[in-house]
Amino acid sequence: MKHTISVLLQNKPGVLSRVTGLFSGRGFNIESLCVAETIDSGVSCLTLVTKGDEAIIEQITKQLHKLIDVIKVTDISEKEYVEREMVLIRIKAEANTRAEVLRVIDIFRGKVVDVSPRSYAVEVTGSASKIKAIIDILRPIGIKEIVRTGIIAMPRAGASK
Amino acid sequence: MGKITGCKAIVQCLQEEGVSTIFGYPGGAVIDLYDELMDADITNVLVRHEQGAVHAADAYARVTGKVGVALLTSGPGATNGVTGIATAYSDSIPLVVLTGQVPRALIGNDAFQEVDIVGITRPCTKHNYLVKNKEELVPVLREAFHIARTGRPGPVLVDLPKDVVKDLINFPEKTPIRMQNYQPNYIPHAGQIAKACKLISKAQKPVLYVGGGVILSDASKELTELAKKLSIPVTMTLMGLGAFPGQDELSMGMLGMHGSYTANMAVAECDLLIAVGARFDDRVTGKLDDFATKAKIIHIDIDPTSISKNVKVDVPIVADCKHALSAMNEWFDDEEHSDIEEEAARHLPWFEIIRGWTAAHPLSYKMDDKEIKPQYVIEKINELTKGEAIITTEVGQNQMWAAQFYKFNKPRNFVTSGGLGTMGFGLPAAIGAQMAFPDKTVIDIAGDGSIQMNIQELATARQYNCPVKIAILNNNYLGMVRQWQELFYKKRYASTDMTVQPDFVELAKAFGAVGLRATKPSEVEDVIKEALSIKNVVIMDFTISREEGVYPMVPAGSSNTQMLLV
Ligand SMILES: Cc1ncc(C[n+]2csc(CCOP(=O)(O)OP(=O)(O)O)c2C)c(N)n1
Ligand SMILES: [Mg+2]
Repeated sequence: MKHTISVLLQNKPGVLSRVTGLFSGRGFNIESLCVAETIDSGVSCLTLVTKGDEAIIEQITKQLHKLIDVIKVTDISEKEYVEREMVLIRIKAEANTRAEVLRVIDIFRGKVVDVSPRSYAVEVTGSASKIKAIIDILRPIGIKEIVRTGIIAMPRAGASK
Repeated sequence: MGKITGCKAIVQCLQEEGVSTIFGYPGGAVIDLYDELMDADITNVLVRHEQGAVHAADAYARVTGKVGVALLTSGPGATNGVTGIATAYSDSIPLVVLTGQVPRALIGNDAFQEVDIVGITRPCTKHNYLVKNKEELVPVLREAFHIARTGRPGPVLVDLPKDVVKDLINFPEKTPIRMQNYQPNYIPHAGQIAKACKLISKAQKPVLYVGGGVILSDASKELTELAKKLSIPVTMTLMGLGAFPGQDELSMGMLGMHGSYTANMAVAECDLLIAVGARFDDRVTGKLDDFATKAKIIHIDIDPTSISKNVKVDVPIVADCKHALSAMNEWFDDEEHSDIEEEAARHLPWFEIIRGWTAAHPLSYKMDDKEIKPQYVIEKINELTKGEAIITTEVGQNQMWAAQFYKFNKPRNFVTSGGLGTMGFGLPAAIGAQMAFPDKTVIDIAGDGSIQMNIQELATARQYNCPVKIAILNNNYLGMVRQWQELFYKKRYASTDMTVQPDFVELAKAFGAVGLRATKPSEVEDVIKEALSIKNVVIMDFTISREEGVYPMVPAGSSNTQMLLV
């Protein structure tokens, strides 16, 4: 099962490598990982998506919590939550496909952020499933390059287990 | 107070923590600190290899319960210490390791004797620091001691750039340490304690499974009280030996790969397993699917990650062992809860079964009148020291024989590398223990292979008048590996023959120590007696029966009831 885990960390050098070292050292897997400062510049928020059965997820959260620089660990996917990921896609767009590409992007409420005679670069934001959907639809047209941010997530207001 | 140098501040921090002895080795990056230490009331034990410094500091911590301190220079000094740090980490030993580092401006420039020791030791320390801001030096050192000794203890490394320790800084006043993100839980949940106690008062065949956590939390007294009050048999892990008196009739000795037949059978048959400060290590459980399958499990541990890591438990109790055991004792002292006489009486049939196992397969060996049996040597050492000596060990068969045949009646008298199994641990550990207790008898039970890994520390022992005794169980083999080859590799003794070795008696002399040798069983007692009477370092070289094995043995991956017996 996939889990989205949110970790509040002290914003100090080396803290990120403690987290990634824990995952590699104990053989846990990381599907995606995203870190940035919170409103308090001394604290960072790290969102990571990982996979494992219940026992593994329990170990992951406990082991993360055990790191001295970790302030709080929440398995967000245990609750109601919103998640977003942004993707930049460079897609082949030649005379015969340009119109179709624009239509698809429009349906997904994406934006064209760079244009060249033979390609568009587009930006799309959404849940993991929406990102997967647009990639699946654009693939046959010819995706040249993809860059994804990884998922960030937040529990819904008043969400409980 | 005016400004002082970083070096002076470090020394003041050490004094604040009550440190009187440290173990270390100098070099360019720590030369200022050594200079400052010369005027302080702190002894630096100058080892002969940095690995020895960390092992000695580790053993000092194990026997005293205080935080051990090692001081190493940058680069190779620090990397030489890594095996020691990993050893302490595996056994949850409180250490503060101070390492010199190149000046801040040079960090990252591949400077002379620069290594990223914080990066290297991240996975084998409880926490570590590089002090980049000189005003953080003192707070970081205080935090390091706090983290090392609280919760599940462990080694903490503090990397000290040379310019930070030379600079002038303010020495801040000591205030209680409050770390928002680090607050280990000592006090057990009352509901969980009641749940556990109710399970205990229903059990017909309970077993206490006791690990090093009981020793680390100084909970021997509480454990012994609980076991005796309710008449529950006790088995200990390698790290737990001494937590409960080995001579007591409730003691079943060690469990696991080289545990007693009784202990392994009792765990397999029990209906309630009470794990206290133990972590269900693979050398203890054998094949997990067959471990304690008939039992409900209560698990007390201060580290939440230890609970339900390897084995699912029924009643988890995250707490300090001492607090949890006292709470359980109190619960049972309340007459409304239980009738203690009834408790003991209910276990009588269980003890019948246990005694039957011990009668059928006691811990034993075949005595010989020509060749010295290693078990006999340990029995004699036990007898002649009345079970009161501090025993350190190397790793291998020597370690297992020491664990099986020396009867530890007190905690903190058995100093062994359990989790990591580090050969070369025993001699520096003996020095660390002797520095803590100059008047106690300290004996390193050694193998001929392991002793050569840190043999240089004989000079340290001599320099600091540590009259440690080294008993080499000399089989001219890397015996434990040879035993596996004998049993599982068709007796193909690949790279385990150690016939070429120094003459240990002459070697002792070369170091200004005393060397004694026994080659026949009849000489064993006299050699030990003589060694114990000498106020100097003594090596006793016992030529033992070469292919003697350690039994019982559970082959790796088998269930604990499938023991190979003598
Ligand atoms: C540093 C290190 N290297 C290798 C090993 C693997 N090992 C475990 S026991 C052993 C043999 C030890 O030989 P010796 O010290 O003579 O002890 P004996 O088993 O013969 O009593 C070896 C090589 C280890 N535990 N530690
Ligand atoms: Mg040997």
